[in-house]
Amino acid sequence: MTTENTTANPTAVTRAEYCVIACADAWRDNGEVLASPMGLVPSVGARLARRTFSPDLLLTDGEALLVAPDGTTEGWLPYRQHLAMVTGGRRHVMMGASQIDRFGNQNISCIGDWEQPSRQLLGVRGAPVNTLNNPVSYWIPKHSTRVFVERVDMICGVGYDSAAAAGPSASRYHRIPRVVSDLGVFDFVTPDRSMRLASLHPGVTVDQVREATGFALTIADDVPYTREPTAAELSLIREVIDPQGTRNREVRV
Amino acid sequence: MTTTDKTMTADDVVSRLSSGMTIGIGGWGSRRKPMALVRALLRSEITDLTVVSYGGPDVGLLAAAGRIRRLVAAFVTLDSIPLEPHFRAARQRGAFELMEIDEAMFMWGLHAAANRLPFLPVRAGIGSDVMRVNPGLRTVTSPYEDSEEFVAMPALRMDAALVHLNRADRFGNGQYLGPDPYFDDLFCEAADAAYMSCERLVDTAELTGNAAPQTLLVKRHSVTGVVETPNGAHFTSCVPDHPRDEAFQKAYATAAADPDAWAAFSERFLPAGGDEKSYQSAVRTWHEEQK
Repeated sequence: MTTENTTANPTAVTRAEYCVIACADAWRDNGEVLASPMGLVPSVGARLARRTFSPDLLLTDGEALLVAPDGTTEGWLPYRQHLAMVTGGRRHVMMGASQIDRFGNQNISCIGDWEQPSRQLLGVRGAPVNTLNNPVSYWIPKHSTRVFVERVDMICGVGYDSAAAAGPSASRYHRIPRVVSDLGVFDFVTPDRSMRLASLHPGVTVDQVREATGFALTIADDVPYTREPTAAELSLIREVIDPQGTRNREVRV
Repeated sequence: MTTTDKTMTADDVVSRLSSGMTIGIGGWGSRRKPMALVRALLRSEITDLTVVSYGGPDVGLLAAAGRIRRLVAAFVTLDSIPLEPHFRAARQRGAFELMEIDEAMFMWGLHAAANRLPFLPVRAGIGSDVMRVNPGLRTVTSPYEDSEEFVAMPALRMDAALVHLNRADRFGNGQYLGPDPYFDDLFCEAADAAYMSCERLVDTAELTGNAAPQTLLVKRHSVTGVVETPNGAHFTSCVPDHPRDEAFQKAYATAAADPDAWAAFSERFLPAGGDEKSYQSAVRTWHEEQK
């Protein structure tokens, strides 16, 4: 690294960078598990975690290879093994959501009536098996009442209420560590496992979050801010992991 | 006596299929799909199909042509383009029945079929709306002390499977040379008849001439017919032979989103009376024009 790089922190931390930090922290203290980020910001976050505080994380190249930060192949993980790894639990995925509700039920399948949807999306994909077997966090790049809804149209990823209703074999390994959006970080550390505002990204107000959320969130009187990146983290993000700034394509604040 | 030579043409394959069948299609999304076989199927009158697929443009094309009565899938995607326009349009007009299941449920359904089991237990589906939209799905309780309840994923048994591999010999031994086998061996084992197209037909000895034996994914006892179709996965990826034709896929997706554009696209690349050779030639001409 040049002197220029180590001192290069003249510009303020961007919203996208707070999002990267919030995503990276999802994989803190996870140990030797596969980090499966879906989306650009989570991908930068997972690689940041791997290079700093969670060096034992496994990462894929997006297809069937497990790769080290420098691109060295260290393993093989075709879909059949990937799906088996999910049920073994040694994985923490961060998925997207077209809709998510206050108990963390997630929808990526379709909008409207399932029989003949007004908008067909991807399909359930692996959300049902993921949510019942390995920790699942979510990344929502554009926090709005269209995404944060009272009730999702099709439950793909299972939320806390649905897991509880389905019985012990559904809830046994079910866990949603966090939801990260462009406005803040959310979790389910409440008595009824409904969504709580865990931290606000600097520059965002509680009212902004309330207005953009289609259900009543649990909000403490004193909500902390998402932590600041360290200088080392910031230069890793800007100069090593994401010099092209792909993170800014998802979060444009 | 000699070992059975299973080589045939894509049209021979289609002549062995019929309307109303359950047909599995290998590959994953827009990766190593047996597109030449799908195109041959599109040239036939065969319809009313139950299609079982980790869906990509195979599903899109068959849906656009109205050949699907029922689809078994966890998703349909073009990978680099997340949503498949034909699949979306078909679903939004309620064109076919859908058995929408999770990716892992799908995999265990293939395993059950390949292993001649009626079902396999899986910790997936319960708690989700997969149970709501598939009222026929049953659960099973562990007979051991844990007494846990699981989805009894029914076997996905098929009349025929279509897969595309990088290499094959004429006896039906198939080899993949890319990073992921997907589930092509299971599709073949889960079907009463399996038809495998390949980029290149080679002598058996050549299969392991430069590649490790574990690349031999599909075994001949599970294969009925072998078809040599160079570039036969086009426009899906078939690495290392060819990557996905992203430019062409984009043109496909753009056309698929608009009925008039699709009619023109279809007339140009998949006209009545055309064949695989004329398709490949039309694609080459299209690429020349893009330069």
